[in-house]
Amino acid sequence: MRNSFWQRERKRKEKVHKDMRGFLWVLPSFLGVMVFYLLPYADVVRRSFLGAVDNRFAGLANYKTVLGNTAFLLAARNTLLFTLLCIPVLILVALFCAVALYKSRYGGIIKSAFLMPMAIPAVSVALLWRVLFHSQGIVNYWLEALGMAGNDWMNTENAFWILLVSYIWKNLGYDIVLWMAGLAGISTNIYEAARVDGAGEGQCFFYITLPNLKPSLYTITVLSFLNSFKVFREAYLVAGDYPHESIYMMQHLFNNWFRNFSFDKMAAAAVLESVVLLVLILLLQKAWDSKDLV
Amino acid sequence: MEIRRIQEKRQAEKRRVHVRNALQRRHLRVRRQIGSMLLWAFLSLLAAIILCPIVFLVSGSFMGNDELAGYLGAVFLGSEGYAAFPLLPKFPTLKHYVEILLDSPKFFVMFWNSVKITAGVLIGQLVVGTMAAWGFAKYEFPWKRGFFLLYLILMLLPFQVLMLSNYLVLDFFRLTDSLWGVILPGVFSTFPVFIMYRFFSEIPDSLIESAKLDGAREWQLFAYLALPVGSSGIIACMVLGFLEYWSLIEQPLTFLKEKSLFPLSIFLPDITDVSKSGMAFAASVITFLPAVLVFLGGRDYLEQGIMAGAVKE
Repeated sequence: MRNSFWQRERKRKEKVHKDMRGFLWVLPSFLGVMVFYLLPYADVVRRSFLGAVDNRFAGLANYKTVLGNTAFLLAARNTLLFTLLCIPVLILVALFCAVALYKSRYGGIIKSAFLMPMAIPAVSVALLWRVLFHSQGIVNYWLEALGMAGNDWMNTENAFWILLVSYIWKNLGYDIVLWMAGLAGISTNIYEAARVDGAGEGQCFFYITLPNLKPSLYTITVLSFLNSFKVFREAYLVAGDYPHESIYMMQHLFNNWFRNFSFDKMAAAAVLESVVLLVLILLLQKAWDSKDLV
Repeated sequence: MEIRRIQEKRQAEKRRVHVRNALQRRHLRVRRQIGSMLLWAFLSLLAAIILCPIVFLVSGSFMGNDELAGYLGAVFLGSEGYAAFPLLPKFPTLKHYVEILLDSPKFFVMFWNSVKITAGVLIGQLVVGTMAAWGFAKYEFPWKRGFFLLYLILMLLPFQVLMLSNYLVLDFFRLTDSLWGVILPGVFSTFPVFIMYRFFSEIPDSLIESAKLDGAREWQLFAYLALPVGSSGIIACMVLGFLEYWSLIEQPLTFLKEKSLFPLSIFLPDITDVSKSGMAFAASVITFLPAVLVFLGGRDYLEQGIMAGAVKE
């Protein structure tokens, strides 16, 4: 009896020891994450409740200021509008290309061409964007040649659409690769069985391909959404700190607050945004009813 | 007689059906071929359009200043008319490259800063990230799922959300206005941990068990088993990381004030000065060249990395 108890105890200890050994691998990384992300984030949460000047507890005052701030509302509206427009377009175009490329033998080369923009730093492209979309730039030259009126692209509402195109240009390959991974996960047996039963191309696509791609849709949406925050790069490099108001994004606002040392507003906005993002990601997951996330 | 006639009739019917089917099939095949050819033409065109900006930058970098001024004068000089651009330079020259590589120390400093940032982050991730990924993939420890969820959430948050917290730490450690202020948060980014975790998880447990039976210690498992077997995941991470940190914008823009610390990725050449427009093109090309080389060399790994980044379990 006693013997077995000690044996059990020793086993348990061994197990605990092993557990901690596993954590040791993660420890260096976790310490860094703690110091560089978690602790300061906790401090940001604390600051979001403090007054700007006196550092006293101010309740939700900062949140109220932020939510009533016109610049914040503008940036939030633009960011929302941008994501609502660009993500469906990107995802559909990428799906089309992925399905077309998937079956072909030479799809690899074209896929690489689509992926290439991912490697090009925004700053290289900014030069080009400025030459293309200047009021006397190349696009207007082409339009003139076609007999249409030119446009001062970056200083009108059109800036928004240029940003949308550059987002799709940059992320198309990324999404195609993700879709193709999803396509590769569908077993060919299903298609063969359907063909034997007399299903055509269209039926195969709508009744086999699409339903089987549903789990991929969730991950692609989340990743496209996160990548959509990076359009700030192009917007900033082409139009600077204060671009046309149609492309004034959240990152512009944070930068401008940062320059004015409005840390109270930044803190509240950061907490708000992270909560909104987490809720959105969870909702997306719920909507697709997938158990993919963790 | 009667029977033979019926048989003949049947055979004729059969032949007719056969011919009709064959015709139909050929018709379908031709239609499908035309369809796929059209599709290919469309996709190739799209790919060509997508590659256009790169061709444009490269060809611009080989043009002489006079030629550039002739084409882009409307943009740079504000002269009448519109800018135009041909695909190939008429009088190719390497002048701008020579100028920028040999005659502009400022550019060289920025290039070097970019190298330092990228190399620093990648080496750090290589050490810290692989270890963490290995721990998550093949060990059990208390609160593991909680830790992992935390890493996942951090991976999903954009820079703007973490900007102030990043600044607070860097300010606390007096790391603002130093390259370390850009490198260290990058080292502890949780994204590579997640990617490598996916690759390490695929290593079969039986392999680890047999290595253990042969008397391998924990660190030997990591060094001689995990690293070589999971190498494609590590390379995928490095490729993704290189592309990310070579074109990093938000962090250096926020945390670096000193001009001598700026990396290439936030260097906007002045294009309004015609005598420097050629250099601007050459600078753009030199900026994207390392990234494109890494891309071309690590294309397969990049794709694997993208796929591993799909938030799936």
